[in-house]
Amino acid sequence: MILERVIDTVLVSIYRYNPEVDTKPSMQEYEVDLPEGKDLMVLDVLALVKEQDASVAYRRSCREGVCGSDGMNINGTNGLACITPLSAVGGPANKLVLRPLPGLPVIRDLVVDMAIFYQQFEKVRPYMINDAPAPAIERLQTPEDRAKLDGLYECILCACCSTNCPSFWWNPDKFIGPAGLLQAYRFLADSRDTATEERLSDLDDPFSVFRCRGIMNCVAVCPKGLNPTRAIGHIRSMLISQGT
Amino acid sequence: MVTNATSFSRSGLSDWIIQRFSAVILAAYTLFILAVLGATPELDYESWRAVFSNNPVRLFSIISLFALCGHTWVGMWTVGTDYLTGRQLGGNGTFIRLIYQSFCVLLIAVYLLWGIQIFWGS
Repeated sequence: MILERVIDTVLVSIYRYNPEVDTKPSMQEYEVDLPEGKDLMVLDVLALVKEQDASVAYRRSCREGVCGSDGMNINGTNGLACITPLSAVGGPANKLVLRPLPGLPVIRDLVVDMAIFYQQFEKVRPYMINDAPAPAIERLQTPEDRAKLDGLYECILCACCSTNCPSFWWNPDKFIGPAGLLQAYRFLADSRDTATEERLSDLDDPFSVFRCRGIMNCVAVCPKGLNPTRAIGHIRSMLISQGT
Repeated sequence: MVTNATSFSRSGLSDWIIQRFSAVILAAYTLFILAVLGATPELDYESWRAVFSNNPVRLFSIISLFALCGHTWVGMWTVGTDYLTGRQLGGNGTFIRLIYQSFCVLLIAVYLLWGIQIFWGS
């Protein structure tokens, strides 16, 4: 008797669009055989698709959730393909729908143009501002002050949060978005930064911070488990104490 | 800093505070009206008129009317700047938004002046 080895398959539906050739985007399906007894990451499945069709384009680099290159929309939810196992993907079993991050212009297939996302990041001046002469070794912080930066500095700028935020979809040129605001608060909360007042006055307009409507999609999708909504709440409290 | 000439106060913080503050006034006024309705089982024109001929009630009503108008403008402006933009509607987006904003402002002004006339004239 010959025992047949049971291999699971997954139907992968991928957003395909090459602006140089295609008039409009379309979904293309691939059937991928999965190795037995392994819970592959979505990025591994993409590699198997790439073996079938080398023209599928996506970004990837570190493949361990550190570089933030492979943010994409996986069965309707943004996430990093490299650290999302198939078992954790929602939706129907054995079906994987991969689309580019929503709301950004598509360069090709799953590769998006992140320029506007980086422009918002740049606006918050994501670097320390302190004009006092630097001490001989380093600017010291108490352990308590250092602890205030936890949950803020870990952001890898994968854009999963901002591109899942309806306020960012409607006004990506005006609303800074959860990722940028998390970094804005990272420097507002830093005891070594001396530009708190300027930073806050830059944010006091009806769009930059206040377009956040507390939807909390950012919190739901952040692959690093960060909480931009809480940071935005802290910025709002700082604006209230400064501005009233 | 994103400048905007049509928002209620030009400041996101002021708009945000106005939205919250007016919401509290409107909630209090709603409770007050519910209490009046509850305390007057047989409501007729005379008793309703008697409630609103009371000066503190008139003041509370007019303050609530101002709160409602401010609240409405902040809300409608936000909706308009989300959905009625060049990004959503193409080249005419700004024009359509300005028409929409003008319409909202005029309607709010009519309701405000008319409402004051009704409350003060009652």
